[in-house]
Amino acid sequence: MPINYYIFLSLALFCIGVAGVLTRRNAIIIFMCVELMLNAVNLLLVAFSKMHQHALAAGNPGAGIDGQIFVFFIMVVAAAEVSVGLAIIVMMYRNTHSTDVNFLNRLKH
Amino acid sequence: MALVGAILVVISKNPVHSVLWLIVVFMAISGHYILLNAQFLAIVNLIVYAGAIMVLFLFVFMLMNLNADTEPQKNKWLKIAGVVAGGSLLLVFVAALKNADMKNQLAVMNKGEIGLIHNLGMALFQDYVVPFEISSVLFLSAMVGVVVIGKKD
Repeated sequence: MPINYYIFLSLALFCIGVAGVLTRRNAIIIFMCVELMLNAVNLLLVAFSKMHQHALAAGNPGAGIDGQIFVFFIMVVAAAEVSVGLAIIVMMYRNTHSTDVNFLNRLKH
Repeated sequence: MALVGAILVVISKNPVHSVLWLIVVFMAISGHYILLNAQFLAIVNLIVYAGAIMVLFLFVFMLMNLNADTEPQKNKWLKIAGVVAGGSLLLVFVAALKNADMKNQLAVMNKGEIGLIHNLGMALFQDYVVPFEISSVLFLSAMVGVVVIGKKD
């Protein structure tokens, strides 16, 4: 399958994630849109790794494996990020009884 | 299917429905990984994202007793501005990449062995041992941080 299709699919997913972060105000849904963007990038990395493997397959059987290792590390970092973020949201909810990110304005006082 | 699911994640009013649509998106992305013969990543995506992280999100939703009524209201113009900003980002990317010269670059489907567990494990534990250990330290510090944040003070 041509690499273009994967590029445009990932772009569309990423931009939907960006639009979601900009439009929604619930902090948890913003986190979910961030996950969406991370997954778009992961899909693009895997597609490029397969493309790289196809291009360099002649002399180098392990070409393109770096991309999949990077995807693995992105997943690790995303899991840690989500756990910390949800803990912060729970603490914020305990203080303000809402998950509206607008309430975070009061952090500046 | 991934695109429809992703749009529904953003527009659904009820947060629980949003989580369920996000699971649909992750299933579709895992399907793409399997098509690209990256089986390890497909399984890890299903287990870690669609399993663990989504259960965590659902658990937090249940804990906070959120539903569509408690969804914070916001300005309509701000919403339109967000959609326009996302759409124009997409437009810029598409315009920039439309004429890129990669018509003959293929992402090979259904063959190649780099996505199998054996090869990924060899690369991970031979060339990438140090990042692997650092990520384990990152996990440990994240765990400690979550406990410290979540503790009642």
